[in-house]
Amino acid sequence: MTDAGSARVVEDVYRAEFGKVVASLAGRFGSLDLAEEMAQEAFVEAVRRWPTEGVPPNPGGWLTVVARNKALDRLRRESTRQARHEEAEMLTAHEDPGAPVTSVTDERLRLLFTCCHPALAPEAQVALTLRLLGGLTVPEIANAFLVPERTMAQRITRAKRKIAAANIPYRVPRDHELPARMRGVLAVIYLVFTEGHLPRSGSDGIRDDLCAEAIRLGRVLRALMPDEPEVAGLLALMLLTDARRAARLDAEGALVTLDAQDRTLWDRDAIAEGHALVRECLRRNRPGHYQLLAAVNAVHTDAASAADTDWSQVLALYDQLYAVTPTPVVALNRAVALAEVTGPASALVVVDALELDGYHPYHATRADLLRRLGRHREAVAAYDRAIALTANPAERAFLSGRRNALT
Amino acid sequence: MTQYLLSVWHDRDATPEDIYPDPAEREQSYADTGVFNEELRTSGHWVFAGGLHSPSTATVVDGTGDEPVTTDGPFSEAKEQIGGFWVVEAADLDEAIALAARGSKACRGRVEVRPFQG
Repeated sequence: MTDAGSARVVEDVYRAEFGKVVASLAGRFGSLDLAEEMAQEAFVEAVRRWPTEGVPPNPGGWLTVVARNKALDRLRRESTRQARHEEAEMLTAHEDPGAPVTSVTDERLRLLFTCCHPALAPEAQVALTLRLLGGLTVPEIANAFLVPERTMAQRITRAKRKIAAANIPYRVPRDHELPARMRGVLAVIYLVFTEGHLPRSGSDGIRDDLCAEAIRLGRVLRALMPDEPEVAGLLALMLLTDARRAARLDAEGALVTLDAQDRTLWDRDAIAEGHALVRECLRRNRPGHYQLLAAVNAVHTDAASAADTDWSQVLALYDQLYAVTPTPVVALNRAVALAEVTGPASALVVVDALELDGYHPYHATRADLLRRLGRHREAVAAYDRAIALTANPAERAFLSGRRNALT
Repeated sequence: MTQYLLSVWHDRDATPEDIYPDPAEREQSYADTGVFNEELRTSGHWVFAGGLHSPSTATVVDGTGDEPVTTDGPFSEAKEQIGGFWVVEAADLDEAIALAARGSKACRGRVEVRPFQG
């Protein structure tokens, strides 16, 4: 194999296997630090050896065993240094990297729940998940969330230290804790996705890498918890949203709203997969937040043109969603559907009653309703407010275009 | 097993009357806390616990110099001060959090969970 060829293999294997290797080592040695470091070293060894020795038949297994052996060596050295003999005796002999490796599914699930433990700050949960399960480097994560590399490194180090010091358990929560903890995990994955889909700031309108990573994590979770409808719902939601990515920005990088998108650019495979997941959720009949959002997106992606959209269905889904999640943000999105069903005037009455002054989509929605009602002066003021509140370049370009068309 | 400090935090200037405006509610809270303490002992989580007098009764001592220096406390000017605490032994943070939730409900206050070293 060529050097470039094996480098690409290592890259692919890295993305697919890093989380598994870390999870397996964390389960065995109980230290995230050691697991992360040794996983990294195993990949360094792969980069060195695979071009000459060839890629092993089971690359993930090879990496896990190499990382495990490195961890054992490290622990042995440390225990000799500290003269902790009994610990050294507990350590087993080296393993053969060619030997088959037992399933690591449970370990990865445990790692995910540990990374998303509610005792950790939300931004630390996201960072740890991307680092330990996604295998993103600290500079990559720092860059994605627009914080200095040092800050991100400290955030991750501090979180790992807290997990160790506070004895945050490395396990899947018990049944009675599971629903709340599951919500936390789903929120972290969706946060990664939304940050990619509509970055709060920075020069990119969309960050494909974060969307792809969130979908990958969603697939991992789906494989690990196939019976959780909200897991299927989240994956469907991300697939159906991401399917429209190619149509979401125009040539100038401005955001294109759903009604104006070129639907031939939508990713049909992703839509088919998302629809199948939504149908599966409907069959289970245990609706939840992400499933309902996915269903809304299924209605949109089901319409051949914007005019064919079944808005009364969308409105009915938002009614259901509001019953599950009665927040002003859901009420705002419901009002958008209401405007299509009963007209912008009644929707504006609903929107004006919401307290969402610091939320730019609130002003963007209000601006659009006012524009459609011919109240241009007020619409311009609302567009100005929305523009002032968002740093996303694609959205700013879209809002400015709409605003300037009115003056 | 890890030992955790479960500390109860109140507003610095709050009197017991502020914390429990209703005397009956106060009595109930004391009773609930007593029951919780008893449960900690039975379940083997108990290490130590106690309620503290108000922060204005605190004294700060600095013995790092040649002569100890004594000043009126509390040490921290923070708006929130510790009103009482438990020291418990728990299998892991999840178990400590579950205990803290019950303690918080019993004493009607927010609880900080902090691990001991070693």
